[in-house]
Amino acid sequence: MLTYIVRRLLGIIPMLLGITVLSFLVIKLAPGKPVMLQYSLNPKISLEEIRRLEKLEGFDKPLHIQYLNWLKNLSRFNFGRSFSDGRPVTEKIIERLPVTLAINILSLLFIFAIALPWGIKCALKEGTFFDNASALTMFLLFAAPTFWLALLLMQLFCINLGLLPISGIASLDFEYFPWWKKLWDLGRHMFLPVLVSSLGGFAGVSRYMRSNMIEAMNQPYIYTARAKGLSEATVIYKHALRNAVLPIVTIIGLSIPGLLGGSIIFESIFAIPGIGRLFYEAATMRDLNLIMAEVVLVAILTMLGNLIADIAYAYVDPRIRYGKR
Amino acid sequence: MAVFLFLSAAAALAEDYGDAIVSASIGDARNLIPLLASDVPSSEVAGLIFNGLVKYDKDVNLIGDLAESWEIRDHNLVIIFHLRKNVLWHDGHRFSAHDVEFTYQKLIDPKVKTPYGGDFERIKSLEVIDDYTVKVTYKEPFAPALSSWGMSVIPRHLLEREDLNTSRFSRHPIGTGPYKFKSWRTQEKIELVSNHGYFEHRPYIDRYIYRVIPDESTIFLELQTQGVDSAGLSPLQYTRQTDTPFFKKYYQKFRLPSFAYTYLGYNLRDPKFSDKRVRQALNYAVDKNEIIGIVLLGLGRVCTGPYLPDTWAYNPKVGPAAFDPQKARELLKEAGWADSDNDGWLDKEGKAFEFTIITNQGNEERLKVAQIIQRRLKDIGIKVSVRVSEWSVFLTENIDKRNFEAVLLGWALPREPDNYDIFHSSKTAEGQFNFVTYKNEEVDRLLTEGRRYFDVEKRKACYQRIHEILYEEQPYMFIYVPDGLSVLHSRFKGIRLAPIGIGYNFIDWWVPLAEQKYKVVNPNSKFKISN
Repeated sequence: MLTYIVRRLLGIIPMLLGITVLSFLVIKLAPGKPVMLQYSLNPKISLEEIRRLEKLEGFDKPLHIQYLNWLKNLSRFNFGRSFSDGRPVTEKIIERLPVTLAINILSLLFIFAIALPWGIKCALKEGTFFDNASALTMFLLFAAPTFWLALLLMQLFCINLGLLPISGIASLDFEYFPWWKKLWDLGRHMFLPVLVSSLGGFAGVSRYMRSNMIEAMNQPYIYTARAKGLSEATVIYKHALRNAVLPIVTIIGLSIPGLLGGSIIFESIFAIPGIGRLFYEAATMRDLNLIMAEVVLVAILTMLGNLIADIAYAYVDPRIRYGKR
Repeated sequence: MAVFLFLSAAAALAEDYGDAIVSASIGDARNLIPLLASDVPSSEVAGLIFNGLVKYDKDVNLIGDLAESWEIRDHNLVIIFHLRKNVLWHDGHRFSAHDVEFTYQKLIDPKVKTPYGGDFERIKSLEVIDDYTVKVTYKEPFAPALSSWGMSVIPRHLLEREDLNTSRFSRHPIGTGPYKFKSWRTQEKIELVSNHGYFEHRPYIDRYIYRVIPDESTIFLELQTQGVDSAGLSPLQYTRQTDTPFFKKYYQKFRLPSFAYTYLGYNLRDPKFSDKRVRQALNYAVDKNEIIGIVLLGLGRVCTGPYLPDTWAYNPKVGPAAFDPQKARELLKEAGWADSDNDGWLDKEGKAFEFTIITNQGNEERLKVAQIIQRRLKDIGIKVSVRVSEWSVFLTENIDKRNFEAVLLGWALPREPDNYDIFHSSKTAEGQFNFVTYKNEEVDRLLTEGRRYFDVEKRKACYQRIHEILYEEQPYMFIYVPDGLSVLHSRFKGIRLAPIGIGYNFIDWWVPLAEQKYKVVNPNSKFKISN
């Protein structure tokens, strides 16, 4: 098992190199240069000044030199500085992490807490009105545009009912609050963003859970269990569920890179300083160092997520063992 | 009754201190070192923290800020600034001429990532005569120089040993302005507190909170719960959505010409547009008032040239041409464009008159303008297509490389009228701003002359004449100057509308004690209000 993990971890390195070379090329080949963009069409800023700034950023060097310089810095875990404000990229990302992680973890927990039991219920009532109505609801939630749902919910909860604050992650006088009031304040601000970012996620997980469960319920060992005279609850929750829940482990693994992802749409609407907006702005600004940092981060997390999913899978499913043939 | 009268008289006399103003904007500041920032939010916030040597007053005239007065000598080559002697930096250090010298050195330092060096490269020497006198000598007379000293002065004692490009000062600025920096939570809010020792007087409003809310509909919802005190509005919000009893009670609305204009620029290298009569015809064929009515719901004015309406450079005699499609057809006919094959489109030498208007993505207003122009030009037999392009691609592939027939864009209207970079024929190289390749010897000469005089009357003659020529020659179809629309909570008093806007006397705004909303001043907080 250990050699297997080491081998997989080492495999990440060439993959990462490939990903960064490709991304670097794609960004560089895209039209639009970062420095020029920042000062574009501002008559107070002359062409000579822009050329000088480009030189200061090293954009006058050949492409492969620029890439190698970037790689050299990366090997020292230095992602460079953002062009838009001159701050270290790492600092900019870390600053956005807590709120992004908090919302993503909460909404992931929320999705699983609702969608797993719901999927099981649908499977047990396969083909009934409840199952069909559930399917319809899920797909409607999945298809509803986030910004529209968010605005409707804001209108209801914040303006008509006056229960919740509209936007931001904390009140203006947050720093003067005692700790319990801070917690309450954060909760009130987080409620709608977490709700809105979860609604679309129910469909995937619950439908997945439902089909797994249906498949498991039709397995021969379920007949055996029933034939033994076990109670229905034992049959469902001990025999069927245990097997049906295994593939969910993979979904959790695949959700790991998503934890760092953010949605530009709901972050904008709720005025949340999350990572989605950071990278969206980086892309429109052609902020190379920031985009590359994101690429590296997501690539590593995706590969680690896959690895973790595989390991966890082996752990929960005794039939699977890696590294032994 | 007598008591009541007395009370209200007293209330009208005394402005109360206190409260906070929460202003919402869609973008966060990037860098609070004014030398390095080029975005609007940064200048807005930094504008309250720093001062320049000069500033614009309510009627858009230059007056002293950190400079008490100035003299112009030696045939306009020398400016001597006499600085205020009672100014302290927010950390208590005394402001002096050495800070001005330091700011200048940083502006022309090739290693500093400032885009504003251009105007300061024209300086031959800058001497500190004494602690409160600076003598600036220019290589040649350069009138816009005076307004370039509106550049914020940064503190030498704090930045002398710092690398400006990477300094932490960019997020913890210390200036001389009416507000002191308190905190900045990225993409969330920036908080400033009033500077009790400000050299003009202590601002009445204690806290200034700049909130970042990237979505305009969210800002509008926040207004509906009074979570935000001041914000910009769209024409639709201004005319329809804020016309409610709630808004009338809690907000005051403002409508002022904004400092920008929208235009259709022709590529004058294109033979279609090289004939002046064709460009004039296009101007006659498009109804600007119709565009303003539809796109801005009437909230704007027809633009006739590149100067701020109602300022000295603006020529009031340049009247907008009437909407006259018949005249347009005649002019086009004179220029050789006629529908010879009866297909409904004008043609000349066997080629139909068609062109593409390109504009940038994400600007609904511009797209609508382009579509209305398309419709109106179709009426006189010109086939127009409209293309939308992402901003950076638009700039690099179309504008810089002059790869366009017509572009729909906007320019800011700076308070200093000098627009040499936009209309002088020497500024047509790749990446420069005369991308329509306009060339007129008289305009070239007047642009050069306008820079040499400090005397407003002499400059006025130059710019008003340029205004006239540009409208006659139509290198651009000047379309409109939109109105800047905004709301402010009605508890703020002391706002005086002026040509420059409403923000110029911000330190005089105040809220009556009874109406103050944000009263929290926590003795336990680390922040202390110092004098």
